[in-house]
Amino acid sequence: MGTPHASMGYRRPAPGTQPAYLHPPYASSVRRAPTRPLVLLPHTLTEVSGPVFGHDAVRPGDADLTAQGAGEPLGERMVVTGRVLDESGRPIRHTLVEVWQANAAGRYRHDRDTHHAPLDPNFVGCGRALTDDDGWYRFLTIKPGAYPWKNHPNAWRPAHVHFSLFGPAFATRLVTQMYFPGDPLLPFDPIYNSTAEERARSRLVSAFDWEHTTPEHSLGFRFDIVLRGHEATPFEK
Amino acid sequence: MSEDRPIVTPSQTVGPFFQIGLAWLYHADLAGPGAAGQRLTVSGLVLDGAGNGVEDAMIEVWQADPAGRYPAVSRPPGWAGFGRIATGPQGAFSFTIVKPGRVAGPEGTLQAPHLAVNVFMRGLLRHLVTRMYFPDEAGTNAADPVLGLVEPARRATLVARADPVHPAALSWDVVLQGAHETVFFDC
Repeated sequence: MGTPHASMGYRRPAPGTQPAYLHPPYASSVRRAPTRPLVLLPHTLTEVSGPVFGHDAVRPGDADLTAQGAGEPLGERMVVTGRVLDESGRPIRHTLVEVWQANAAGRYRHDRDTHHAPLDPNFVGCGRALTDDDGWYRFLTIKPGAYPWKNHPNAWRPAHVHFSLFGPAFATRLVTQMYFPGDPLLPFDPIYNSTAEERARSRLVSAFDWEHTTPEHSLGFRFDIVLRGHEATPFEK
Repeated sequence: MSEDRPIVTPSQTVGPFFQIGLAWLYHADLAGPGAAGQRLTVSGLVLDGAGNGVEDAMIEVWQADPAGRYPAVSRPPGWAGFGRIATGPQGAFSFTIVKPGRVAGPEGTLQAPHLAVNVFMRGLLRHLVTRMYFPDEAGTNAADPVLGLVEPARRATLVARADPVHPAALSWDVVLQGAHETVFFDC
């Protein structure tokens, strides 16, 4: 990343390409979404700078979610990999990617998860990695299960992996979720469907990937993540 | 050009179980041991539209150092400039800082000292962006180019209150809805 320029802001999202705060089908947005209009914030040095985490923060083993117990976790092993890019398609190098997920039975290792599916003593469900020089990250994990939630009667979350990214600046912070291709629950999920534009929404669905499928070992899923890029500069056409 | 530009990945809620993946970086002492400058504690509540404390929220703070510089690299044990704090019972949070200096604003202006704050929780499909300013900076706050964009009656939601007995103890709440709704920014 370059030296931040106070005058160089980040591009604003096109309408419908990010979720609205208030999305009544997602019940808990009703009491938590702001009701007053947001104030448009100029991107100052505060917004174009951000925390940078070095290799001392992340160990290589942190990206292997199958090696956090005494034995291997139950479930379908999978590789989740992809590139972190900006809106111009340039790789975002050495940026922190954090993930967390339910186990193969759809249960999180968390006090507040009351779903009566079994915990797996060999699965924590937490990983992190730094992207490489070309923006690639790679996790080895197991495929999470779908699980019920109380948003509406017979509500089920499609299987997903949570992602948290920083990118180069305060303004590029992104928390999102990765879904799986062909999941029959996707059309019914108010969180997935909170983004109006289908082209944007579909960016949340990973692709099955033979290239990263390891013979006799694990399925591969490709999930590229695009963070905001700078507004056009004189150097761009 | 705009048609073939890739679409930015949409935000999704952090959900109720983020602690699994994010607790490793919980860090409420932005000052770090031995940091020079005025040490302050910031305590407050995250409150929802019913006035209830949000016990499953997380805030992240980004700040300049006392000279108004942002750190180039955050590394343990100091993680200078960055903090990540989960709320607890009643939606309470607390963290320690050194008071930041002034940093450049748009068009040659100087900003008043401030913290940049991201707020995450179940129910928020995108995180909220806000700022905290300092109560002993009335003059610089009045000239701040960002506070100046906020209608005057709502600016107080962005300014912490000092404890009259312990001036190094600041309080500042994040109110999601209602008459005292915090100002949130389109960042």
